Parts: sequence; C-alpha cells; structure tokens
Amino acid sequence: MLQIDTWKRVLIWLVCVIGLILALPNAFYTRVEQSNDAKAAIELGIDTPEMQAEAAQWPNWLPSSLVNLGLDLRGGAHLLAEVQVGDVYESRMEAMWPEIRDALRDERATVGTIRKQESAPDEIRVRISQPEGMSRALEVVRGLARQVQTLTGVGATDIEARADGDTIVVQLSEAEKLATDDRTVRQSLEIVRRRIDEVGTREPTIQRQGADRILIQVPGIGSAGELKEIIGTTAQLTFNPVVGRGTNPDAVPGIGEQVLPSIDETGLFYTVESAPVVTGEELVDAQPAFDQNGRPAVSFRFNTSGARKFGDYTLENIGQPFAIILDDEVISAPVIQSHIPGGSGIITGNFTVEESTNLAVLLRAGALPAGLEFLEERTIGPELGQDSIDAGKVATIVAFVAVLAFMALSYGLFGLFANIALIINVGLLFGLLSLIGATLTLPGIAGIVLTVGMAVDANVLIFERIREELKSARGPARAIELGYEKALSAILDANVTTFITAVILFAMGSGPVRGFAITLGLGILTSVFTAIFVTRLMIVIWFERRRPKTIEV
Amino acid sequence: MRLKLVPQNTSFDFFSRWKIWLGISALMMIVAFTSFMLQGLNFGIDFRGGTTIRTQSTQEIDVGVYRDALAPLELGDVTITEIFDPNFGPDENVAMIRIQAQEDTEAVTSDVITQVGEVLAAADPGLKLPFESVESVGPKVSGELIQTAVIAVVLAIGAVLVYIWLRFEWQFALGAVAALVHDVILTIGIFSELQIRFDLAIIAALLTIVGYSLNDTVVVFDRVRENLRKYKKKDLKEVLNISINETLSRTVMTSVTTLLALISLYVLGGDVIRGFVFAMIWGVIVGTYSSVFVASTILLWLGVKRDWSKPSNNAGNQFANVDA
Repeated sequence: MLQIDTWKRVLIWLVCVIGLILALPNAFYTRVEQSNDAKAAIELGIDTPEMQAEAAQWPNWLPSSLVNLGLDLRGGAHLLAEVQVGDVYESRMEAMWPEIRDALRDERATVGTIRKQESAPDEIRVRISQPEGMSRALEVVRGLARQVQTLTGVGATDIEARADGDTIVVQLSEAEKLATDDRTVRQSLEIVRRRIDEVGTREPTIQRQGADRILIQVPGIGSAGELKEIIGTTAQLTFNPVVGRGTNPDAVPGIGEQVLPSIDETGLFYTVESAPVVTGEELVDAQPAFDQNGRPAVSFRFNTSGARKFGDYTLENIGQPFAIILDDEVISAPVIQSHIPGGSGIITGNFTVEESTNLAVLLRAGALPAGLEFLEERTIGPELGQDSIDAGKVATIVAFVAVLAFMALSYGLFGLFANIALIINVGLLFGLLSLIGATLTLPGIAGIVLTVGMAVDANVLIFERIREELKSARGPARAIELGYEKALSAILDANVTTFITAVILFAMGSGPVRGFAITLGLGILTSVFTAIFVTRLMIVIWFERRRPKTIEV
Repeated sequence: MRLKLVPQNTSFDFFSRWKIWLGISALMMIVAFTSFMLQGLNFGIDFRGGTTIRTQSTQEIDVGVYRDALAPLELGDVTITEIFDPNFGPDENVAMIRIQAQEDTEAVTSDVITQVGEVLAAADPGLKLPFESVESVGPKVSGELIQTAVIAVVLAIGAVLVYIWLRFEWQFALGAVAALVHDVILTIGIFSELQIRFDLAIIAALLTIVGYSLNDTVVVFDRVRENLRKYKKKDLKEVLNISINETLSRTVMTSVTTLLALISLYVLGGDVIRGFVFAMIWGVIVGTYSSVFVASTILLWLGVKRDWSKPSNNAGNQFANVDA
C-alpha cells in the first residue's frame, strides 16, 4: 500500500538537508560576505588581525557560497559597449603600405611609378603610371598575401587586390575581417578586464555578448559615467617626432604626416610624423608621480626594445621636440634635452592628481585595439537597491505567511505538511541559487514570490484528488495512494509547460529578466520535488505512526 | 472546520451561456485591440531608446518647475512623472524623468546627466544627487530588444502548442493556445488602456502569464482526457462540465494562493516592480477565466475524438498515453 523504500527516504531527507545547508549562508548575508572578502584578502597576503577576526565570523566547515545580488539590488553600473571592429582595418592597412610600396618599387620596369591615392580607411589605392603592367602588379601584391586559418575558408588569404582602371585596390578579405574582428573583441575584453581589475572593485561581470559587444557590470561603482572614463578611453600612447606647430587646424600635412590638436591648449596644433618612434605597447610600467615642480605627472618605463628605440632616437635628435600623443591628442611636446638611455621617463601635462592616476592605470593595462561605443548604460544607486531588497523581503515574508495560513485553514493537517514542504522548497531554491552562483535580481524576487504562490499548486492538486478518492471510500491509504497517482500527470504537464516558458525566457532575456527566469525555472523544479516526494514522505510517516481509520483532507 | 472557497460538489453548467462568455471575451479583445491601435503602448526606454532618471527630493515635487528648469537644455521630448508609493516617507518625493533618445546610436552622455543634475538642483534645493538611478538605452539596442521580445513570446506560444499537441490532441492544443492569445491580448490591452509603462520586465510577466494560464488549462484538460475515458457514452458538453466542476476547487485554490502572494508583492514590493506585478495579477485573473471559458468552449466547439480506449493511431501521438 503506502510504501516508500528506506533508501528513498534517506535520499529525500538528504537532498533537503543538503539544500538547506547550502542555503544557510544567505540567512547571514553580511557576515558571510565580510568573512569571504576577508579570506580572499588573506589569500592575497593582506594578513592583519582585523582581517583574521572578520574571516572567523563564518566557520570554514560551512558552505560559504552566496546568492549574488544583481545590480538592481546592490547598486552599481551597467554598460553595454560595442567594439568598433572596423577601426582595426585602418591600422592593418596602414601597416601593409610599406610592404606593398617596396614590392611594387622592385617591379618599376613593368608597372612604372606608383602613387598612393586618397581612399576609404579600410583600403589602400595605388595608382601605377603604366596600366599595361597591371596584371603583374596585382600578381606582386597578391604574392604578399598570407594564409588565414579559418574553419570554413580553406585557402583564404588575408588580403584581396583588384584593379580599378589604373589603380590597384587592396582590402582585407572577408575571412581575414572575421578573424580580425574576433581577435579585436577578445583583446578588448581582456583590456577592459585588466583596467577594471586595476581599479579594484569587487565581483565585476565582464562578458562578451554576441559578435562584437561587451557587457560590463560593476557593483558598487558610483555611476556609469565614472566607469566609462576608465574603459571608454582607447589609451593609444605614442611618441612621435614633431614637424611643426601652428594654429591652423586645416594645415595640409605632408605625406606620412598628420595634424593633431593639443589636449589642453585650445587652438594649438602640431604637425607630427605619423609613424611613431615608440608606442605604449612597449611600456612595462606606468605610475602616478610628480614632476620637479610638484605637479601631477605619470612616470613610465619601457621594455628593452622600447628603451633601445627611445634611447637611439633621443641621442640623434637632441634639441628637437617630440610629441607625446594620447588618442590623437598631443599631451605635451617637450624638447629633447639630452640622450635618455635608461628607457624611463615622465609625462607632464596639466593633470589633476586623479587624471594622472587614471592615465597610469590606462597605460599599465594597455591600449584598446579599437574604440568602444556605448549602446546602453544604467546606474542604480545603492540606496534604491537597498530599498528594493527591503521591500522585497517584507513582501516575500507577508506572501509566505498569507499562503501558509491559507493552506493550513483549507487543508488542516495536510495543509501543515504542505507548509513544511513550502518552507523546505524556498530553502532548496536558495540552496540551488547559491550552488550555481546565480544572480538574484528584483524580478528574481518576484519569481520567488510567484513560486511561493504556485508551489502549493502541486499539493493542492494532490489534496483535492485525495478528497475525491475518499468519496469512493476504499479506505484512506488507498485514497492517498490514488490521489498521488492520478494527480501526477496533471502536475507534470502543468509544470513542464511553465518550465518551457521559463527556459525560453532564460534563452532570450537578459539581465534582470534572466534573473526572473532562473528563479522561476528552479522554483518549478524544487516545488515539484517537494510536492511529489517531501509531502508524500511526511504523509506516509504520519500514516504509519497513526494508522487512522478515516482521514480528513 | 475547513475553509472551503468552493463547495464540495458543484454542478455548474459552464456552457449554457457559452455564447455570452465568448461574446464578452471577443468584445474585450476588440476593445484591447482598438486601444492598442489608437493610443498604442507607453513604451519604456528599453523599447524606444532614451534615458530615464529617477530623482529623489526632500521637498514636494513640482513637475512644472522641473520642466521649466530642463527646457533650456533642449533635450527634445521630456516626460516627468511623480511617483507615489505608500512605502515612501514624508521627505521622500520621487519623480521619473524620461528623455527621448538623442540623434545618435550611443546612449546619453554623462555630460547631459551632469547638466540635468545641475539645473534641477538649482530649481529644487531638496534634490538628492547623484540621482537614484539613471538608465539609458541607445536606439540600436532598443530596436533589437523589441524584436527579441516578440520572438520570445511567439516562441513560447509555439513551443506550448507543440507540447500540448504531443501530449493531448490538436483540438486541445488549439483551445489552449486560443486561451493564451486571449490572455496576452487582454494584458497588452490593459497596458495600452491605462498607459502603464511597458518595458522589458513586462515581457517577462507576459511569458509568466502564458505559463500560468497554461498551467490552469492543462489541469482542466488532463481531467477532460481522463473523463473521456471514464464516461464513454456521455455527451462531450457534459464531460467538459463534469471535468471543470471537479477541478473547480483546485482552480480557485491555486488562483487564490498565487493572488495572495502577488498582491502582497504589489502592495509592499515597492514601486520599481509594481507594473510587473500588476501585469501578473491581471494575467492570473484573466488566465483563470480563460482556461474555463475560452479553452474549454473552443474544445467543445472543435469536438474531440471520443474513443480513448484503443491505443491512439493518430500520427505524432505516441506520447499521449504514457501516463494513462
């Protein structure tokens, strides 16, 4: 009749106990969080008595994973950035030019003289004076192409060359563009991560989203604007020879030169050589510092090859100015006073202390390979988040109590069983959320409340069914058994359909909506488990002890 | 001494006035649709781009003063609404400022936010800075979000259609989906009618309503399937009536517990989430109604295979009897 194997009983209780133990840290959220932070700090070597005391607030033998709080609950900034992958094509083509030029010069006899034309940034146009040599010229340029490793494009090369009248047009191939895009986004992701780590905030989320987007969530930061200042700057640092300076922004630069504005003197423009002497990529360190006049500055150090280039250049150009350029703006253009052999130096400008600190961070973390455009930004104040948590807590408790009371009133003893199961259910839900490190958002709290309301559904189905079966009066044990048996198909169908919608929400949604889908989906799993196994076990145990002749549901 | 919302044995005739019920549903759907066509939805920034700023002030908020203060910034269409919530203290006066998307793919610049902060602080000395929350969505993303949302809802309804078709019969699937579409249209309708802000979270609510309404419908259908086997000679209408009456107590119980939970969230959960919870409350009510009056009526109207005793030889139905 009503029988459950012992091993099944043990398993059911075991699952409940493990779930509740996993959920336990969330009941002491602040304490566990402090303890976790302190332990992490101690691991990093910051071992002070205060840290030890904080770490000891939560014993090691208990699980310490917590449910992450989403930005809408904790406060912080959220940015969705799109990497401008096209930026990289330009520098790739710029780098190609000397190679193409040299190769074509070697063929001067057939192609004649060559001249670089104005073109879109992602291509190079070269006019040759002897169009009859075009096929040879194309052959030479194509000879420069390298193989691209791709999954589909077997034998694809990195550049494509075609003839347009007497002009050769060189472009990156589609396969190479795809490969470059992927590399660019991955590099950007890495640089963004390094920059945020340098600033040292806790638990930032930095994720790639889709082909060319990066999602950045940093809890506890004041505003999205602040975050943008750190990650939005490309931070391309170069040291270029200065050709001249003036006040005309439309001055015509010579070939291989460009006109750039000064960063803090409006109306001042420098003409510099486009090819840098050294770039920020060769920096090994940058620190905020002060110059001899006590103004904020940034000190830097080059790696060996950078140091050699910088040393050679300064030796040969004493008395000449050179420009320190950050993202196409001239920070300063000092005159070289003497040979600088050691590979270290200092950048001065009109910095505030904060700016010099930020610049040092940016230089240390490296430059972004391409610009970022921000498509979405959200800032949630910590107080609003706290208000939401508080309101959510109160609402959940009231919902809980209301449902518990209602169930007890409607089903008596069986209602109490369902209530115990409901409490275990919410415990299990939190345990699962902590276990998988899910993020709880405000809609996620709504998901929990909804679960509380709907979790009793399976029990209601069973109890109503038992009531019906009692009418046909084949004894209480049989009624209970039939009730469970017959309600099962309705419970499964009803919950599978809801689960399908939760899965779709999870797959299609983002951020807070996804948080809702997680709590809803997991809530369905735990509520079916508790209804089918836990309440049943409780009823069976009660029935075995009491052996009632009649039952009232 | 039990609380019983529904008497032990009921025998309501749910189909005696089925024309009236379907008529009411049809009428409400027409109203919802007309409202949607005429005044549309009050889309939040998730769907149409732009910026919302949540401000808090210790002083009473005068929307006119805010509007005048912002006018010189020439931000385009600016909507300011004051928010009232029983949880707010006397010195908590909250307003939402919505600024239309600027002519750019990017989200709003932080300079604009700083400017807004400055002019508002000048107009309202009680203003708390930095703002409680600033959210900004560029038009590029908002377009994609609409698309994803529509796909999600359609996908959910489609998936459910297939699942019920596999587990039951196509008539059941059509009945259930008709009820779902009914619920979704009425929910969108009430958001249009009352001009409540429609944002990404509401889509989540819509999908939950889809799930909930289905839950209800499936339970009734499950009983119909069982009773079709039990009462082979009875009229379909009678079988449907018996099934609905038998599950009525459960239908009401579950709706009441869910509503209890949702109402507590509506009242106490704060204003940020209120629209979302409102959608769900409405959805639970409409969903309960539709599973009885829409899904079953359509099932009655479509008719259904009567002989469930033999193994089904209908194509695609090998799953139908797994738990028979």
